[in-house]
Amino acid sequence: MKREIISLQEVTFTYAEEDIGIRPAIQNVSYTINEGEWVAIVGHNGSGKSTLARLMNGLLFPQTGTVRIFGEPLNEHNLWDTRSKMGMVFQNPDNQFVGATVQDDVAFALENNGIPFEEMVERVHASLAKVKMSDFMNSEPHHLSGGQKQRVAIAGAIALQPSILLLDEATSMLDPQGREEVLQTVHELRKETDLTVISITHDLEEALLADRVIVMNQGEKYATGSPHEVFERGQELIDLGLDLPFAMNMSRLLRAQGVQLVADHMSEEELVNDLWTSHFNK
Amino acid sequence: MDISLQQVSYAYAKDTPFEKRALYDVDLLIPSGSYQAIIGHTGSGKSTVLQHLNALLKPTEGVIRIGGTEVVAGKKNKKLREIRQKVGIVFQFPEHQLFDETVLKDIMFGPMNFGVPEEEARQRAIELVRLLGLPEEVMEKSPFDLSGGQMRRVAIAGVLAMNPEVLVLDEPTAGLDPRGRKEIMDLFYKLHIEKGLTTILVTHSMEDAARYADRIAIMHNGRCVLQGIPKEIFSDEDRLMDYRLELPQSIKFQKKLEEMMNKKLPSLCLTEEALAEELARLLKKEREI
Repeated sequence: MKREIISLQEVTFTYAEEDIGIRPAIQNVSYTINEGEWVAIVGHNGSGKSTLARLMNGLLFPQTGTVRIFGEPLNEHNLWDTRSKMGMVFQNPDNQFVGATVQDDVAFALENNGIPFEEMVERVHASLAKVKMSDFMNSEPHHLSGGQKQRVAIAGAIALQPSILLLDEATSMLDPQGREEVLQTVHELRKETDLTVISITHDLEEALLADRVIVMNQGEKYATGSPHEVFERGQELIDLGLDLPFAMNMSRLLRAQGVQLVADHMSEEELVNDLWTSHFNK
Repeated sequence: MDISLQQVSYAYAKDTPFEKRALYDVDLLIPSGSYQAIIGHTGSGKSTVLQHLNALLKPTEGVIRIGGTEVVAGKKNKKLREIRQKVGIVFQFPEHQLFDETVLKDIMFGPMNFGVPEEEARQRAIELVRLLGLPEEVMEKSPFDLSGGQMRRVAIAGVLAMNPEVLVLDEPTAGLDPRGRKEIMDLFYKLHIEKGLTTILVTHSMEDAARYADRIAIMHNGRCVLQGIPKEIFSDEDRLMDYRLELPQSIKFQKKLEEMMNKKLPSLCLTEEALAEELARLLKKEREI
């Protein structure tokens, strides 16, 4: 059994405490994320995804329920210690640069945490190598592409050797290639380390890569399970304002046209194979 | 209103040590009433082109014609006000520009600034709130009390309130959930058809460019490197890869299928729906043979 990293128990949070007419942003949400898991949190705008992120890193505290990090309830005393174990990457790559060069930027948080110079240099180099950005060490951040910027942001986050990497819509402003680069980077990182990844996303293809998906709807946890289990709900998810992975949409459209399929397929390969065996290879 | 760029170049901070060329000899003709997509990877010059379309930036070389008005490098132009009323730009994250006390006042600000009487501006604002599918009760609320998706709609209404003839959209759905994205893109398409707008969409989404645009232009390193109808643009995958772009998902999938079948479909399918229809037709034919 893997170690528990983050756990929410019956958490409720409202931004407008005095106004009881307003639906809480988060209502009675419980879940546990274990070490080394990649969990995607999906949901419509206003479903509470970003509030969850802020509850998990202690920018907000719940009115009722508990948030446990590494088994300890999160409170004002252990907050800073906890945050240093959580790397965050946000949506807009241009809003998170502080350094004049790529290496300065990656070093920033290390310096803040009083890491000795020699070790700092080592960690900066190692982090940039992990996201394959070593060649850009002395570049100015604004000369990089969106995908490269987000990879530097990831390097900055992992330089602190966090246990958790929280991606808050980190790919939503990138071009397709940039998105691919970032997801590939996360994938590689997870192969080498026990990093726990939590990605908040609208991108269903990104959610497909996760070990587990949590679906939020109107502040409540609507469903959780493997991407397969979750996307099998099909129309239900569309009704929540979400979308389905490409291959599933394609399967549904084909069936609507009277094309027989074994199932609504999650991956393009499965769909191609099904079409081949049941229709073409006769 | 036709828009044309002829040999347009632009340099940021020209004649300073920080001079940076952003556009090189861009030629682009956008006929009145067309839906033009401009695609290209980050930093390709898309947004710089966009800012020329209502003369927020003026070319350092070349000529831009917007309807009957010319913006020529190095010359002053007194008709910019007219251009800015006729060309509405929805910037990325337009909700960052909201500022007024109530939703209605925010939407009315633009037209009133251009001399539209208050009552008329109010009527337009009310119509737009309905058109954009916002609940009526938001009209007197502060725009800052709305959800992200609603704020986006209010900001878009503020641009539409100017009754523009040309609508320029810079990644208008970034950050919205899938349903919001589809609703907003369908709305722009409806307006494009019903009002006969000229629509210019700057996007990372190959799917949106394939689905909605009549014509596509590709920007790469400050140059406009390729122009054509979507079927032409997406027929050359290698070339797209050179420009760090991809095929829309439906076309990628079509190619996989064609490889498996060892046969080509009659045409390139720009949307999932079109591909499903084409495949169903093919399968029916196979059965009949």
